[in-house]
Amino acid sequence: MNIILRHKGWTWGFRSTVMLYFVLLVILPLLGVYYHSFSLGFHSLIESLSDPIAWKSVLLTLELAIFSTLINVVVGTMIGWVLVRYQFPGKAFLNSLVDLPFALPTAVGGLMILLLLGPGSLIGSAAESLGFEIVFHQPAIVIAMVFVTFPFVIRAVQPLLEELEPSEEEAARTLGASGPRVFFKVILPSMLPGMISGGMLAFSRAMAEFGAVVLVAGNIPGRTLIASVFIYGEVESDNTAGAAAVSILLLTLSFTVLWLINWVQSKGKTI
Amino acid sequence: MADQLGTVEGEDYMRKLWIGLTYLVFALLLIAPLGKMVFGAFNEGIGGLTSAILRPEALHALMMTGFIVLTVTLLNTLFGMMMALYLVRGSWMSHSIKRFLNSIVDLPYAVSPVIGGLMIVLMLGPGSIVGAFFEKVGFQIVYAFPGMVIATLFVTFPLMVREVMPVLQEIGAQQEEAASTLGAYGWTTFWRVTWPSIRWAVVYGVVLTVARSLGEFGAVLVVSGNIMNKTQTATTLVYQDVENFNVTSANSVSLVLAVFAVGLLLTMEWAKKRKGVH
Repeated sequence: MNIILRHKGWTWGFRSTVMLYFVLLVILPLLGVYYHSFSLGFHSLIESLSDPIAWKSVLLTLELAIFSTLINVVVGTMIGWVLVRYQFPGKAFLNSLVDLPFALPTAVGGLMILLLLGPGSLIGSAAESLGFEIVFHQPAIVIAMVFVTFPFVIRAVQPLLEELEPSEEEAARTLGASGPRVFFKVILPSMLPGMISGGMLAFSRAMAEFGAVVLVAGNIPGRTLIASVFIYGEVESDNTAGAAAVSILLLTLSFTVLWLINWVQSKGKTI
Repeated sequence: MADQLGTVEGEDYMRKLWIGLTYLVFALLLIAPLGKMVFGAFNEGIGGLTSAILRPEALHALMMTGFIVLTVTLLNTLFGMMMALYLVRGSWMSHSIKRFLNSIVDLPYAVSPVIGGLMIVLMLGPGSIVGAFFEKVGFQIVYAFPGMVIATLFVTFPLMVREVMPVLQEIGAQQEEAASTLGAYGWTTFWRVTWPSIRWAVVYGVVLTVARSLGEFGAVLVVSGNIMNKTQTATTLVYQDVENFNVTSANSVSLVLAVFAVGLLLTMEWAKKRKGVH
């Protein structure tokens, strides 16, 4: 009896510890941000958000994140396809290299891009002589976002292609379908769920990115100041109300995307 | 016949084109920046590299990162594994509560690290009730080690849960139930039945957690205040070096981080192969 009681006590203790940890670490802080930005009244929230620097930073983040996601969907689908379908020297190496942006600290990623494309570099000065400006301008932000979110689409598309039976493709071919036709009618539809869910993951990560972007963006309000860098600036200048206001705007956007991803993934699959 | 031969030739041409394009993307986006950074670290020779790494602030920052990685990996592995077990096996929660909690686990993925840091400053900073209380007792959370650990724990929370959950769902509860009815319960069931099937997923989760906590920047920057020789980590030191136009030093510390990252990448590959086999 004593043993059972002790066992139950342990079980109960573990359960409440883990649940408490979860609530304190994840749920409470999130509610705290929403609480903090509403605590000063609705009026002050609107005031913080109607600051053009604030809403323009969110809009710019949205714009550049969409742009980099589109690049990633196209390039990632191609690479996922090549890495599954073709045999060629160096394939295993490239396949491992895909995860590099996940393993590398984002600040290091930003530094690498800064070095490669910066004012003193070969590419940077070549672009400059052509009248292009990369680093400290919008192209650099997009490159940083593409770098950081590079693995998402590839890793989402690969398993779907591996599952696709070659016989389906062969059947379409023997029935006389041409190469592009097979691609658009058979292969692309089977990759589509991966492209969508991988693309949305990449999008939400690009919206949230800070480390890689802060080093390469010029942080000029309205032009190269993205939301996460704006929030950091507000925190540094002790304006937590302004930081919290933009945070809840960004958070609500990201949560919507996350909810959409779950919804897409749960279609046809139940937990 | 001639037409068919043309198609085959065309296909071979397409194949070469796609493979070439793939190599081009990898070279431009990953290999060239990495190579540039490695060369940049040796800009001032081996001496420049070692003196940048052996700066007292660099050694302190690397030590700080090491402590954070250690603490966070330990706590996150423990709590992440238990959370996954409860979310999949916990019969004491109703199905709808489990679904709700399950959808919340992913939230840290969607939160910008800077916002993660801001949340902790708001909750535990000097201006908050909890923070003021702890400060009175003489225990500092924000702008000190505990806050940095909490920030990193928040950011890494989903990693372990998301690795272990699918494996638990896949193996099902029958074996565990059989072990339980045969009289073995609790720890014995866990070690003998559950652990062997989830261990590679746990290893993979540990690698992901180490990588993320090693590289965490935004959340730690906000929470730590980036105070040199006190709360500065390796990544925030890189940031400060770049801001000060101290590029060789930034490269040198980055090189150390990149070496760890490549090591983690190799471990990831190894764990992934094992994970597939169980």
